[in-house]
Amino acid sequence: MSALLLRDLKLAVRAGGGFGLGLAFFLIVTVLVPFGVGPDSGLLARIAPGILWVGALLACLLSLDRIFQLDWEDGSLELLATAPIPMEGVVLMKALAHWLSSALPLVLAAPVLGVLLNLPTAGYGWLMLSLALGTPALSMIGTFGAALTVGLKRGGLLLSLLVLPLYVPTLIFGTEAARRGAEGLANATPLLMLAGITAGVTALLPFAAAAVIRVNLR
Amino acid sequence: MRVEDLGCQRGGVPVLEGVSFTLAAGEALALRGPNGSGKTTLLRTIAGLQPPAGGRIELAEDSVAYGAHADGLKATLTVAENLAFWAAIHACDKVSEALEAFELRPLATRPAQKLSAGQKRRLGLARLLVTGRPLWLLDEPTVSLDADSVGLFGRAVRAHLSAGGAALIATHTDLGLEARVLDVTAFAATGGPAPGGFAEAFA
Repeated sequence: MSALLLRDLKLAVRAGGGFGLGLAFFLIVTVLVPFGVGPDSGLLARIAPGILWVGALLACLLSLDRIFQLDWEDGSLELLATAPIPMEGVVLMKALAHWLSSALPLVLAAPVLGVLLNLPTAGYGWLMLSLALGTPALSMIGTFGAALTVGLKRGGLLLSLLVLPLYVPTLIFGTEAARRGAEGLANATPLLMLAGITAGVTALLPFAAAAVIRVNLR
Repeated sequence: MRVEDLGCQRGGVPVLEGVSFTLAAGEALALRGPNGSGKTTLLRTIAGLQPPAGGRIELAEDSVAYGAHADGLKATLTVAENLAFWAAIHACDKVSEALEAFELRPLATRPAQKLSAGQKRRLGLARLLVTGRPLWLLDEPTVSLDADSVGLFGRAVRAHLSAGGAALIATHTDLGLEARVLDVTAFAATGGPAPGGFAEAFA
């Protein structure tokens, strides 16, 4: 299964793999916000955790439709279905590859963009921690959505519509953990909830996504 | 491998019924029939990609290597990388033999997107060797191959059969194999699409 992970990471960083697109999108969205809401540093500091979380979430969404679509188009997905590794394992590796290539760069870039939004000093660590805990859930839920829409022509938009409502709990607890951390309040509860969501979807969704792919391949 | 009274469906429409045949190690079976007669559906059902509508397939687990119309190649990976990936997935170490068998050695470091259609097909067929699986299910394997490459492919299939493998091949060309022929039109499901399969599409 590690071969699949390595291949997906290799494909992501090679030409046309889309690596860095999400990161650039995240950067641009975050830079646009001060233009939209004005340069009031107090206001920016207050909304910074939420903006950074929404930006990271949308940037994650950008690369979701590539997770299975390309493999479906060139026939690899069918061949993987007849291969000795279980489809659940394929799904898990796909989600992990998406997290490593699309979400992890966002987690690492978030503090830099926090400077642009005047994020309070106390908030940097909590922002990164909440993103590191929450983005795996975004990748996993997104992989499930990608499995649902694999094989549909222009399924990308439908994928966004399916996945965004499922992202709501992760977003709520993620921003809450980052915001409370930045304001110096206790934030153990939202962090635990966030970790719980990630653990829950990682345990359950590979089975659901694998079942959906088997149906979609028929 | 033994197939008994197998029914096949595609998208809920019955395509074939009562398909029965046996295939022993070292044997090849050629599937014949016009376009749309159900050859691909039969192969996909045996490969486990589609549930059978009825009947049984007796087959050792993890013994099938499916060669579909699409080759499952990644355009930005080189020939050797593509093969190495499938070899790693199947925990098999025959990459250099596969490169030799289909004369891909000079192309090994070329990205798959820079290959011609026939070269891509040869790479897709070389993938069968790195699966290490005994039963090859091949769907029109010789599409876009020139005469020399068809010869290479025939040789690879013969080597596979003499090593105790088996092959089920849907094809219109003569591969120079001693293969029994199974005409799938004999099993067309009643109420299924007419041979040719286009009646519905244009109705």
